Amino acid sequence: MNRPFLFAAQLGLTLLVAAFLVIPVLMSMLAGVTVNFFQGISSGLTLRWVWRVLDLYADTLALSLGLALACLACTLVLGVPAAYALAKRPSRLTRLIEEMLVVPVAVPGLATALALLIAYGGFREFRTSAAFILVGHVLFTLPFMIRAVLAVLSSIDLKTLEEGARSLGASFPHRFFGVILPNCRSGILAGSLMVVTLSIGEFNLTWMLHTPLTKTLPVGLADSYASMRLEIGSAYTLIFFILILPLLMAMQALSRPRRRKET
Amino acid sequence: MSDMRENTLLALLLAPALLVFVAFFLLPIGRLALAAGSGPDGIMAYAAILTDARYRESLIATVLLSAGVTLATLALCAVCGLFLERNRFPGRAVLIGIMTLPLSFPGVVVGFLVIMLAGRQGLIGDLTQALTGSKLVFAYSMAGLFIGYLYFSIPRVILTVMASAEKLDRRLEEAARSLGASTFAVTRDVILPGLLPALLSSGAICFATSMGAFGTAFTLATNIDVLPMVIYTEFTLHANIAMAAALSLILGLITWAVLALARTAAGSSVAAAG
Repeated sequence: MNRPFLFAAQLGLTLLVAAFLVIPVLMSMLAGVTVNFFQGISSGLTLRWVWRVLDLYADTLALSLGLALACLACTLVLGVPAAYALAKRPSRLTRLIEEMLVVPVAVPGLATALALLIAYGGFREFRTSAAFILVGHVLFTLPFMIRAVLAVLSSIDLKTLEEGARSLGASFPHRFFGVILPNCRSGILAGSLMVVTLSIGEFNLTWMLHTPLTKTLPVGLADSYASMRLEIGSAYTLIFFILILPLLMAMQALSRPRRRKET
Repeated sequence: MSDMRENTLLALLLAPALLVFVAFFLLPIGRLALAAGSGPDGIMAYAAILTDARYRESLIATVLLSAGVTLATLALCAVCGLFLERNRFPGRAVLIGIMTLPLSFPGVVVGFLVIMLAGRQGLIGDLTQALTGSKLVFAYSMAGLFIGYLYFSIPRVILTVMASAEKLDRRLEEAARSLGASTFAVTRDVILPGLLPALLSSGAICFATSMGAFGTAFTLATNIDVLPMVIYTEFTLHANIAMAAALSLILGLITWAVLALARTAAGSSVAAAG
């Protein structure tokens, strides 16, 4: 088979797939600032829909950002020490614990949400508060934090580092905050970006756990797709993209140099 | 520090995460399993997924859809991933960026993007209207769901394929070629077997994610009978908590088993339910 033809065919397919992924995103962004999407771009550009969304759904934005930060705090406090303990003693038991902690990611959010509703739905105060959603988000994102930190901790020589610090007289808190944490900075950063991105976009769990007073951004999105005109749904999606794209790009930038180092 | 003291310390560091896991996952899942058996059919609720025609059909439809999406995603990503890894050309980095960016778009947003493409006012509708005079609209059906699942599967799989393609031993291909193997034979006998572990593990993630996905179907139409939608309607519309519990447990068991199987078959991987 001739090579230039093969190259062209592969390039063509790759471009087609890229177009499939990017065109609807651009379309929805454009639709969010178009006066009338049905008439097309010739009807003019406007920020009217964006303001409408901010007017209607500002509370969902605030709740989602708040939840994402709270979720980040929880996963840091729970996940980083856990990852350290798992890395320190690689054994069959810790391997099993690690496998177990990852299960909430392998099970559909719908099932986890139903389980939470059946077990804790009766506690009204808890059920109607944002903490109920936070619990779901922490369950779902914690494995990503643990995995990211664990990956870095397993690649550095933890033992030598710690023994060096200990021989200099550093106590455990000193070693943990002064030596271990700075050394797994990149893992914590990667995990944090992942946790915040996933929490902001989480829908499967959140849709089941939310109440009319605890609507997050994706819940509001689903609501606007179902009941608002297309331009408002698009403008809302545009705001979501503006929020999430920098996080995704930071994640891409972070993973690039690390991959090169590995080879 | 003695070993004993250190073990206690490590246990203390691990305890909070384990406590949260037990209290908010293990315990609730146990309650879910009990609730599933407490309906009018008792323990037989678990068998209903096979004996009741509606549940059985939705299970078959969901498995077929997920398998189809997985095969299509693997085929596309094997070609594109290999191509992007092996060729250097201007705009390559942008292409990779575009293809991995939708990595964690929520299902609801993906559903909306499908409407943008194939909905009543969508791009495909406009194009077919202009070309053939009749409007092609398929967003609100199984075909729309297929497109949506393909959309969120591609970024997950392509990253794994590229990472695996980077590690392939090019000398094997050169040896095969110098022995007279055609491009097709090299691809079939050398490249694909080399990519197989990556394809298996990312394919399993893709399949499990598609089985459990809820947001996309929710945005497109409530009458698409995939298993997560059936569970949702059982729970909210029919208040049939026992059946919803049984079905979601079985669904969870399927996705977990697929991922666990693929992990033992192909080394470690990170999974994500969409």
